[in-house]
Amino acid sequence: MTSSLETARHPETLRRVCIEPLTRVEGHGKVTLLLDEDNHVQQARLHIVEFRGFERFIQGRPYWELPVLVQRLCGICPVSHHLAAAKACDQLIGVDRLTPTAEKVRRLMHLGQTFQSHALHFFHLSSPDLLFGFDDAVAHRNIVGVIQDHPEIAKRGVLMRKYGQEVIRVTAGKRVHGTGAIPGGVNKSLSLEERDYLAAEIDTMVDWAEQSVQLMKRIFLTNRDYHYRFAAVDANTLGLIGPDGALELYHGGLRAKDAQGGILLDHHDYRDYEQVIREEIKSWSYMKFPFLSQLGPEQGWYRVGPLARVNNCDRIDTPLAEQERQDFAAAGEGRPLQAALATHWARLIELLYCAEAIRELLSDPDLLGSELRLAGDMRGKGIGVVEAPRGTLFHHYEIDGDGLVTRANLIVSTTNNNQAMNTAIRQVAAHYLDGRELTEPLLNQIEVAIRAYDPCLSCATHAVGRMPLELDLLDASGALVDRIYRHPDGAVEGLSPGPAAAP
Amino acid sequence: MPRPRVLILAWGNPSRGDDALGPRLIERLEGAGDVVAALGVELLTDFQLQIEHALDLAERDLVVFADAAASGAAPFAFDPVASNPALPISTHALSPGAVLRVYQRVLGGPEPRCYQLAIRGYDFELGRDLSPAASTNLDAALAHLLDWLARAHGEPCLQ
Repeated sequence: MTSSLETARHPETLRRVCIEPLTRVEGHGKVTLLLDEDNHVQQARLHIVEFRGFERFIQGRPYWELPVLVQRLCGICPVSHHLAAAKACDQLIGVDRLTPTAEKVRRLMHLGQTFQSHALHFFHLSSPDLLFGFDDAVAHRNIVGVIQDHPEIAKRGVLMRKYGQEVIRVTAGKRVHGTGAIPGGVNKSLSLEERDYLAAEIDTMVDWAEQSVQLMKRIFLTNRDYHYRFAAVDANTLGLIGPDGALELYHGGLRAKDAQGGILLDHHDYRDYEQVIREEIKSWSYMKFPFLSQLGPEQGWYRVGPLARVNNCDRIDTPLAEQERQDFAAAGEGRPLQAALATHWARLIELLYCAEAIRELLSDPDLLGSELRLAGDMRGKGIGVVEAPRGTLFHHYEIDGDGLVTRANLIVSTTNNNQAMNTAIRQVAAHYLDGRELTEPLLNQIEVAIRAYDPCLSCATHAVGRMPLELDLLDASGALVDRIYRHPDGAVEGLSPGPAAAP
Repeated sequence: MPRPRVLILAWGNPSRGDDALGPRLIERLEGAGDVVAALGVELLTDFQLQIEHALDLAERDLVVFADAAASGAAPFAFDPVASNPALPISTHALSPGAVLRVYQRVLGGPEPRCYQLAIRGYDFELGRDLSPAASTNLDAALAHLLDWLARAHGEPCLQ
């Protein structure tokens, strides 16, 4: 049923509900719902309107600038871009395997990035919905509300985020715009003082991460039926996997599973990603729709990110996270969990994995080593892939004889999840909005479904005054019937019927 | 080592046109090294304002949040920041008022006087340089900030 809501049969006769931009996600996303006279949803689409210009931004630049330059593509996960570009540049300079020190410093950086990103998402973005419910007052359902009602949880969120940022600072050399990863390796290892500095707090981080997983598991299972159903869509999954089937965030082969958990693709060399993944263009969206070529665009779309990764792997290499993964898998009752809100559970299992893996790495003497960089014979093409916090991230570059980029293709995590997010909002629209009058909590359910994917819509522009939420209700002729406008300070106006004054 | 009593925290993406106003302000202040050092100011820049920046407010007397403004007064607006107790968190990023609120609730203790320097920008496209109008606004904002810092330095709390 939900796939039928992509395009209405007679859209010109329908009313349009527009949610723009989404709250608590990046950039400028917009959801449009076309309603008929009885408020039945006839069409639901998620539009990404700012996702363009990346490749043009990169083309013509020297390859050695890429690991630093691409951090500016996104202010949310610059380290993921930094590392994916560095991995691609390794290939450009003919390096297929880094020194142990270089690989472990990069892994540590990546774990720190994922740790801080997951902590931010849970404590800042999703915990208000999960702790207070979707119907809670808008003015309360935010991090400030969490701080007020659950101060210890909020404080841990701040300090865990800060810890991950410190891992990045130590490994990348700077708090932002780091230069740690360079083509062929890294430009610094850890000093003994830096290692001890990070080690001092890691046991606390592991404890807090474990308690966070328990909290999320309790929330999910307490309202089990609802959480299983909400925005649940059967999807294929895609992600990196370790050689032994273990969860892998930095380097591995591609694995894809179908919605029942059957293997579609395994240990595929990501440098040949174009053989197994294609991208479809739809006229109504700036963002492409990737799919597994063996299944085609209708059946081959997939989900990436924490839910996909925890469903995809056979095990996790750290003991506490592995125990939690087993509980998670058992909750699926023989098939992968497909509930959007299970993503939060999976995300916190990964948070725990990151904390444990950081602790293990900090006891590895290779982090203190001095062999930082290798070089080989130049090549014309380099492809780097990492599991970014939000999912699989592809960087593909081709260069000319002068080392200038002639072709760049980036498939970012949010693009990989494009169809999955669209399908999720159709499910929510069909189940929760059909035949109902529009209210802010109802519309927020659509946003909750999207937030589960933690989309990063590319826009690192956060100038003052650019983040309102606007809901427009238009009739078939395009005239404004009603408007709900949420100001940056939380005030909402224009709820009453009839034309609302523009703010 | 005690922290500098004054923090200037600017954010923005250096490669998104006028969104670079915050980072460019920090670069200009770094270029005025002697003046900034004499005033005892720490300079920080980031892509976004985030919850962990609440920790940067600790042990400060004055904090200036600096960002590009997509609307509002030109060349800049300079206003006190009030703690925002009930705002929707619109994105992954926070407002200065929200950061101050997080500081109050999470850390407690004496809080710094906070101001927001909102420098008017016009073009935020990826790959663009600062627009000429934004550059002019940056000059004016920098001059105002240095003058304000010099005067603030004379206040007893900073001596």
